[in-house]
Amino acid sequence: MLHIVNKSPFQSTTLDSCLATARPDGSILLIEDAVYAATRGSAAAARLEQALGKFKIYVLTPDLEARGIAGSVIDGVRLVDYAGFVDLVAEHKGCQSWL
Amino acid sequence: MSEGTIKKFMYVNRKAPYGTIYALESLEVVLIAAAFDQDVSLVFMDDGVYQLRKGHQTKGIEVKNFQPTYRALEDYDITRLYVEREALQARGLTADDLCVPVEVLERAEIGRLMEQQDVVFSF
Amino acid sequence: MKFAILVNEGPYTHQAADSAYLFCRAALAKGHEIVRVFFYHDGVNNATRLTEPPQDDRHIVNRWSRLAEEHGVDLVVCVAAALRRGIREENLASGFRISGLGQLIEAGIQADRTVTFGD
Repeated sequence: MLHIVNKSPFQSTTLDSCLATARPDGSILLIEDAVYAATRGSAAAARLEQALGKFKIYVLTPDLEARGIAGSVIDGVRLVDYAGFVDLVAEHKGCQSWL
Repeated sequence: MSEGTIKKFMYVNRKAPYGTIYALESLEVVLIAAAFDQDVSLVFMDDGVYQLRKGHQTKGIEVKNFQPTYRALEDYDITRLYVEREALQARGLTADDLCVPVEVLERAEIGRLMEQQDVVFSF
Repeated sequence: MKFAILVNEGPYTHQAADSAYLFCRAALAKGHEIVRVFFYHDGVNNATRLTEPPQDDRHIVNRWSRLAEEHGVDLVVCVAAALRRGIREENLASGFRISGLGQLIEAGIQADRTVTFGD
């Protein structure tokens, strides 16, 4: 299943809720303000790096670029554009938006 | 999709009532969904468990108290209400504090149920 | 593949309407079908033709209207949520229609995938 998260990890516990609920081998896509969770050296980085062992984690490139952080993405996080976002939704049986 | 398709719909409620309109408008969707003969379940996670906290008195904020509607869900044949155990614990609540009978599940169990759905609506 | 889209936030304040639109455009470009975009909660504010952003900003409402015009995408605004927020037939932008919540459930049944954008 594809889990979509759109909240900054510094503002909301949404990402933690998602990480604690998603089944192993699920996929997580970070969009909008959630892309900050994918940046190196932040207080959220350790959580995300740990989660990489359990989930495939994707981040939406246009949202990263808009926020000036495209060069700071944690290794192992996969970059997708909107076409890739569409592919992810199509490839997974269902999706849940963690609003 | 043919006429008689039955899909599994899950409604995920993660927001507290009154502070925002999501809880009320989510409930409105669920009531309509009941007419479609689909497989419906409701999940209350995180602050969503506060929607079911007994004893809402909304006169002072001049907003309609929609809690009685949760008790009416049974009349719509919506009987599968799941509540996240960890969310209750974190908020000092137990199932006895809730206004309707529910099934309390570990978060991981909710994750498993979520995987089985055709459509997940999150409000 | 058939997609249904749910938009729960209004334009401009939150990025949800932009994300939803860009997703729809990318899906159409890949040859998928958008069976319906359903606007709920403050999402109904995407449908007012009274919207007038500054010249140098994107016109979120017109963008939706063009999607309906060019790709036949069904743009449905929830009647109960719309009336609550002052969206009615007389201020509805082209391509949108007002209907009941049943249209959301029906879209969920018909589509292969349902994606929600909100706050």
